[in-house]
Amino acid sequence: MISQLSWKIGGQQGEGVESTDRIFSTALNRLGYYLYGYRHFSSRIKGGHTNNKIRISTKPMRAISDDLDILVAFDQETIDLNAYELRTGGVVVADAKFNPTLPEGIDARLFPVPITSIAEDLGTSLMKNMVASGASWALLGLPLEVFNKAVEEEFGRKGPAIVEKNVEAVKRGADFVLELAGGPLEDFRLEEADGKQKLFTIGNENIGLGCVAAGARLMAAYPITPASEIMEYLIKKLPKFGGTVVQTEDEIAAVTMAIGANYAGVRTLTASAGPGLALMMEAIGLAGMTETPLVIVDTQRGGPSTGLPTKQEQSDLNAMVYGTHGEIPKVVIAPASIEDCFYDTIEAFNVAEQYQVPVIIMTDLQLSLGKQSCEALDYDQIKIERGKLVKDAPPLEDNKLFKRYEFTEDGISPRVLPGEKYGLHHVTGVEHDQEGRPSENSVNRLKMMDKRLNKLNNLYIRDGLRIDAPHETPDLLIVGMGSTGGTIDEARLRLEKDGLSTNHITVRQIHPFPTEQLTPYLEKAKQVLVIENNATAQLASQIKMHAGYGEKIRNLLKYDGNPFLPSDVYKACKELN
Amino acid sequence: MATFKDFRNNVKPNWCPGCGDFSIQAAIQRAAANVGLEPESLAVISGIGCSGRISGYINAYGLHGIHGRALPIAQGVKLANRELTVIASGGDGDGFAIGMGHTVHAIRRNLDITYIVMDNQIYGLTKGQTSPRSAEGFKTKSTPEGSIESTLSPLEIAMSAGATFVAQSFSSDLKQLTSLIEAGLNHKGFSLINVFSPCVTFNKVNTYDWFKENIVNLEQFPDYDSSNRVAAMNKIMETNGLLTGLIYQNKERKPYEELVSGFRPEGLANQDIQLSREDFEKLVAEFK
Repeated sequence: MISQLSWKIGGQQGEGVESTDRIFSTALNRLGYYLYGYRHFSSRIKGGHTNNKIRISTKPMRAISDDLDILVAFDQETIDLNAYELRTGGVVVADAKFNPTLPEGIDARLFPVPITSIAEDLGTSLMKNMVASGASWALLGLPLEVFNKAVEEEFGRKGPAIVEKNVEAVKRGADFVLELAGGPLEDFRLEEADGKQKLFTIGNENIGLGCVAAGARLMAAYPITPASEIMEYLIKKLPKFGGTVVQTEDEIAAVTMAIGANYAGVRTLTASAGPGLALMMEAIGLAGMTETPLVIVDTQRGGPSTGLPTKQEQSDLNAMVYGTHGEIPKVVIAPASIEDCFYDTIEAFNVAEQYQVPVIIMTDLQLSLGKQSCEALDYDQIKIERGKLVKDAPPLEDNKLFKRYEFTEDGISPRVLPGEKYGLHHVTGVEHDQEGRPSENSVNRLKMMDKRLNKLNNLYIRDGLRIDAPHETPDLLIVGMGSTGGTIDEARLRLEKDGLSTNHITVRQIHPFPTEQLTPYLEKAKQVLVIENNATAQLASQIKMHAGYGEKIRNLLKYDGNPFLPSDVYKACKELN
Repeated sequence: MATFKDFRNNVKPNWCPGCGDFSIQAAIQRAAANVGLEPESLAVISGIGCSGRISGYINAYGLHGIHGRALPIAQGVKLANRELTVIASGGDGDGFAIGMGHTVHAIRRNLDITYIVMDNQIYGLTKGQTSPRSAEGFKTKSTPEGSIESTLSPLEIAMSAGATFVAQSFSSDLKQLTSLIEAGLNHKGFSLINVFSPCVTFNKVNTYDWFKENIVNLEQFPDYDSSNRVAAMNKIMETNGLLTGLIYQNKERKPYEELVSGFRPEGLANQDIQLSREDFEKLVAEFK
């Protein structure tokens, strides 16, 4: 019995790769397995190789595996491109239609199954996905009735005839492969899972759910990979709560519309990736200058320019931290798990309103799109904090304006919403006085700049650093961000077995940088390895600039479009020691 | 009931003496009072340029944003609180150059906003460069040999983008301008009011006298039907865009707010945002 395995399905884009993966993993989720998915796809709709890989495990496992146990191939290209990943004794289930062959030197078992012809016999080649997933399921020796239940749910609304056909397709795929293999593969038999169905979702949907929970009721956005799922989720949900999503003409309209809506009192977000974030920069400055709350999600992908639009990267950090002209207070929060995507979104809206600043939620493609198991989300942790929002302000003397930008001890001023009887004030991106009137007075200018820039002095978000530090003075401190945490932890297990002690810190509050909290860990580590998906070591630069310790810091960088594998991290750590 | 004086504040505009923008400011204040608004129920959202300062000169809620983006900001305000009356305003550079993309799409979207463009056919605040509204051959600091680009017709563009309210006026005609702004405020949907507002400092061609000689008031055509889209387009072309009055109004099309599924008549900003445990559980269950 084994506790985890990796399965991959590949073919031409638009050929049913996504749906095969969906049905197969939904059924596994029902049995209580922990799942972690990775989508390899291209910026086109039909054609071109695409594949989805899932890690299946009886314990939480948040990394793509180094190797592959089962490859399901709709075409020869899938085998040629992915067979090198197969472990010795791995399995390939391939459509017999193209007379599949294994590349030379690959030690794996090949099971040609007439996937297309079984589907066509049943009426449509569209059912290839059912034949392929049924065959995979059967090889693992998993209970067919659970799979059929998943099929029933997928197709139930299309009527019993369709369900029956699909169930039949699954059965024929399963029967054929079992005959060929002489029964389920004993060496691939998974230990039983805990039977508790997990949440199974992607980061973008958890961000969407976080928005609804946070009370966000409007979103303005322009479609872009890999952010669009957030708007697609919210356009389905927000109308039920009186809100909506506006698909704008561009990202400049999206962010400025969000600023207008936040100014008028509705928690509103926009979401994009690097190219859209670049277009938003001037407006982010407006939000900072006018102290208007704003939440932006940047789902990072490969840059620069159009770059690698469907691939993993973490290279917008500098743009998020430094982007916009002039100097404003700004917060950058980086969720580091699927659960964080939910909780951090709520916190982002709270921070935006409490400090009256723009907040950027930084994810990366793997965290945004990789479908994975998610721990139960806790309703009781949803707290809405709106900061110094004033309702029913008292009348003002002598027709004066409301001091929207009043100098206060913490630099945060009371805020009223348009519509408030005694709240009239002006808002402008021009430097202004306490009532919001344009002012070039140099004394006022200094006070206003200091007021804004000091607002975040004491900000430290929930788990601003996520610290896993079992060792007082570790051989190595590994620092990462975003989706890389699970990969790092998996490598650490191997390193510990080799006798190398490691601590792991995930930086979740990217800006303002939590220097004070991080310093003691840097101090005590013999060496520090900063791991990030970019070419210029942007996170490491932040650490060196704010905390120092440059002499101890080494980099592991990956910018080929692929997420880190545990073996990448393991090797880099071994080389250091 | 508020009077036009309630929409005045004590801020002295930084416009040049004689600037057309003064009358537009006065017309907005009068129209706001005439349609029964209170200062706190009005939000004026403006862009950047001489005209963009207008949101600071009206006693109401005002937001002076960034260049070219008054309209998306204004649409955000309206979506967040449809109980507010929202006026967006700016110059011809703001609306028809840097912000043209937003103008066309705001027209298509048709939220209930009144957009007043203070059109002086030149860039004033940057001290005299050409605008998309400048005539061909117009000499400016950036076109010393005269503009070689064609003049943009915002009225034709608005019509082809599906505008539901298109009007044009002249800042000297305070009476007509006020009544057109009132009509725009009363219109359910997006209203574009382009106003010729002479720049006395940098535009020595399109002067008050020039407009008086060249513009045609639609009142001269008693049979003109402002609900006829073809007639409107023809009239704009016949007059080379130099006409004033209510050019087109479509009272049938519903504004965006009324077409959004689930959108309630009360301002969204005033609704309770706490998610119930029951709704939360339902949403989470979809991830199983």
